[in-house]
Amino acid sequence: MDISKNRDEYNITELLKNTLDREKNEQLKDLIVSSIYAEAEEIATDVVVKGGSKKKDWDKKLDDILTSRYTGFPIMFLLLGVVFWITIIGSNLPSEMLSNLFFKIEDHLTIWFMSLNAPRWLYGILIPGIYRTLAWVVSVMLPPMAIFFPLFTFLEDLGYLPRVAFNLDRLFKKAGTHGKQSLTMSMGFGCNAAGIIACRIIESPRERLIAMLTNNFVPCNGRFPTLIALSTIFLGGLAAGQFINLTASLFVSILVIASIIVTLAISWLLSKTWLKGVPSSFTLELPPYRKPQFGRILYTSIIDRTIFVLGRAVAIAAPAGVIIWLLANINVSGDSILNHSAAFLQPFANLIGLDGFILMAFILGFPANEIVLPILIMSYMAEGAMLELNNIQAMKELFVANGWTWLTTLNFMLFTLFHFPCGTTLWTIKKESGSNKWTLFSAVMPTVVGVIILFTITQSVRLLGLV
Amino acid sequence: MNSTCRSCPKTALNQNFNIKLKSYDEFIIALAGNPNVGKSTVFNALTGLKQHTGNWPGKTVSNARGNYRYKDKRFTLVDLPGTYSLLANSVEEQVARDFICFGKPDATIVVADATCLERNLNIVLQIMELTDKVVLCINLMDEAKRKGILVDIEKLKRKLGIPVVATIARKGEGLDNLMDKTYNIALGLETTSPKQVQYPKVIEDKIDKISKQLQNTLKDKLNTRWVALRLMEGDTTILESIGMFVLDKKDTYIEREGTCIYGYQ
Repeated sequence: MDISKNRDEYNITELLKNTLDREKNEQLKDLIVSSIYAEAEEIATDVVVKGGSKKKDWDKKLDDILTSRYTGFPIMFLLLGVVFWITIIGSNLPSEMLSNLFFKIEDHLTIWFMSLNAPRWLYGILIPGIYRTLAWVVSVMLPPMAIFFPLFTFLEDLGYLPRVAFNLDRLFKKAGTHGKQSLTMSMGFGCNAAGIIACRIIESPRERLIAMLTNNFVPCNGRFPTLIALSTIFLGGLAAGQFINLTASLFVSILVIASIIVTLAISWLLSKTWLKGVPSSFTLELPPYRKPQFGRILYTSIIDRTIFVLGRAVAIAAPAGVIIWLLANINVSGDSILNHSAAFLQPFANLIGLDGFILMAFILGFPANEIVLPILIMSYMAEGAMLELNNIQAMKELFVANGWTWLTTLNFMLFTLFHFPCGTTLWTIKKESGSNKWTLFSAVMPTVVGVIILFTITQSVRLLGLV
Repeated sequence: MNSTCRSCPKTALNQNFNIKLKSYDEFIIALAGNPNVGKSTVFNALTGLKQHTGNWPGKTVSNARGNYRYKDKRFTLVDLPGTYSLLANSVEEQVARDFICFGKPDATIVVADATCLERNLNIVLQIMELTDKVVLCINLMDEAKRKGILVDIEKLKRKLGIPVVATIARKGEGLDNLMDKTYNIALGLETTSPKQVQYPKVIEDKIDKISKQLQNTLKDKLNTRWVALRLMEGDTTILESIGMFVLDKKDTYIEREGTCIYGYQ
C-alpha cells in the first residue's frame, strides 16, 4: 500500500473525528427524528383514506386506558389481585380434599407396613420422609397452580402482558436500563431461568447483565404457591370472616409490587455504580388484542407449567425428604444433625426475624424453591410434634407451635422473594454471562438485599414493641 | 489477495457482508422494512426454496439470502433485519444501515404495512436519504381494505418520487409488478428522484457546513449530507462503520475468501 493512500485514510478518519459532535447532541437528534416523523405524518395523511372502522378505534381506546399514566398501574394492580383472589378461593376446597385423600392412604400404608413388620428406619424414610412430603407438595401446590397458570396464560393470550411491559418500560428507562427488561422480568414471573435466557433479547451487554442479575427478585411459579399459602393462613386471619381471601390476595399483589420496586431500585443502583451507562432506546410494538384459544390455554398451562413445576418439585422433594429424615434422625452427641445446624444458624436467624430451621429450609431448598416450605414442615415435624397435617389450618398450628408470629410470616415471605436464586437459575446465569464473578454476585447480592430488608423490618418492629 | 480486488466494488460484499455471488452479472437487492409487515412472506414468495441463511460477519444477527430470476437476469435478495429506523440504536439497525450504505446494493426494496403507513414511512424516508435506488412495496393491502384503509398508490408515488407497488404477498398478488420495478431500478432503466426530508434551518445550516468540509475527502464514496447528519447527532457507530467498510481497516471480519470474481467495471 502506498504512503499517499495511508495519509488519505488518516485524513478522513481525523476529519470525521473532529467533525463528530463529541457530546451526544440529544436535542439535535430529537429535532432530526421529529422532522422525519412530521414528514411521514404529512405524507401519510395525504395518501391514506380511512373509512370509519370501529374495531380499530375500540382497540386504541382500550390501549389508551390500559397504558395510561394514571389508570395503567391501578388496573394492573386490580387484575393481579383478581387473579390471586380467584386462585385462593378456588383452591381451598380441592386442597383439603386432596390432603384428606392422601392422609387416608397414609393410614392404610402405615397399617400395611406394621403388618409386614418392616424395620422402623425403613418406615421412617418411606412414609413420614418421602410419602408425606410428596402428599403435602401435591395437595398444597397442585390446586393453586391448576387455577393460577390458566388465568395467567389467559391474560398472556389476550394480549395484556405486552401492555404491562409497556407500562413498566418507562420506569426501567428511568432506572437507567433497557425497556426490554420489563419483558424479561415478566418472563421471570413464570420461571427465573427462562427470564434469564430471555435476556438475550437485550443487545447492550451492560443492560443485559443488569436484567440478568435482578431477574430473581420477582417470584417465579415455584415461589407463588408458598406466598399464596402463607398469606392465606396468616395474613388472611387478620381480617374477619368473609374478607380472609380478599385480604390474602391483596397482600400477594402487594408483595408482587414490592418485588418490582426492588427490581427497579437495584437496577437503578447497579446502573449508577458498577454498571454505569445510558439506556438505549427501543420501540415496543403493542400487538392487537386476540381472542384467546381456550383449548390451547388449558393445554399449555396444565401440561407445560403445572405438570412441569409439580414434577420438578416432586422429583426434588422426594430425595430431600430422605435427607431431612436422615438429618433429623442421626444423632451426634445427643442431638440430631438437623437440630445442631439449626441451633448454629439460630443467632443470625433471630437477628433477621426468622429461625434456624427456616434458614436451613432455604439452604436445603437450593435445588428448587418449590420445596422450601415442605422441607420446613418436615423439619418441624421431625422435631417431635408429629402432627397430622391434614389441612391448611394444621399448618398454621404447626408454625404457631414453633414460635411463629405475623412478623415471622412476613419475613418468610419477603425472604422467599429476596434470596439467592435456585440451582437451575444460577446455572443459567453462569452459562449466559460466562462469568464466575457475576454468577457469585447474582447469588450474594439478592441475599444481602433480603437480609438488609428483613433486619430493618425486624429490628424496627421489635423496637416499637409491636411483637 | 491481489490488489485489483480492492478496487472492484462488489468484492466488498464478499469481504464485509459474507455474500458470495455466482456470476458477475448478478444483481444484489436488499429487502428492508419494519418488523411484522410480511417482509419474510415477500422474501419467501420471491425466492422460493433457493435460500441460504447464515450470520452477518461478527454479529449475532441472522442473515437470509435467496435467489430469483427475472427476465434474463439473476437477483440475490438479502433479507435485512426488520427495524423501525436506521438510527443504529441496536445491532439490527446498524446491520441494516451498513448494508444499504456500504454494501451498495443495486436496489433496495422497502416493505411497508398498508394498515399503518405513517409509522412505516419513517424508515422509507431514512432509506431514501441513503440511496436513490429504492422501490417501495406496500404490503398487506387486503388487511388494510378490511380495516377500511385505502392507500392512494399513485399519489404516494408522486409524493415520494420512487416506484411504489401494492402487494398482497400472502396471495402472491403484485409480486410480478414488484420484480419488474426492481429490475428497472437495478439495471438503471428507470431513474428516481427521492424526496428529501427538509430539516429546520439550524440543522440545514449545519449540514451545509459539515458537508463542505467532507466534500473533498469523501467525494463520491458516501452521501455527505447523510454523513453530516449522523456526525452532528454524535453517532459514533458511523465512525466505526466508515473505518471498517470505506477505509478497509476492518479487523473483525471472519473470512476473506480472496478469489476476485469481478474485473474492473
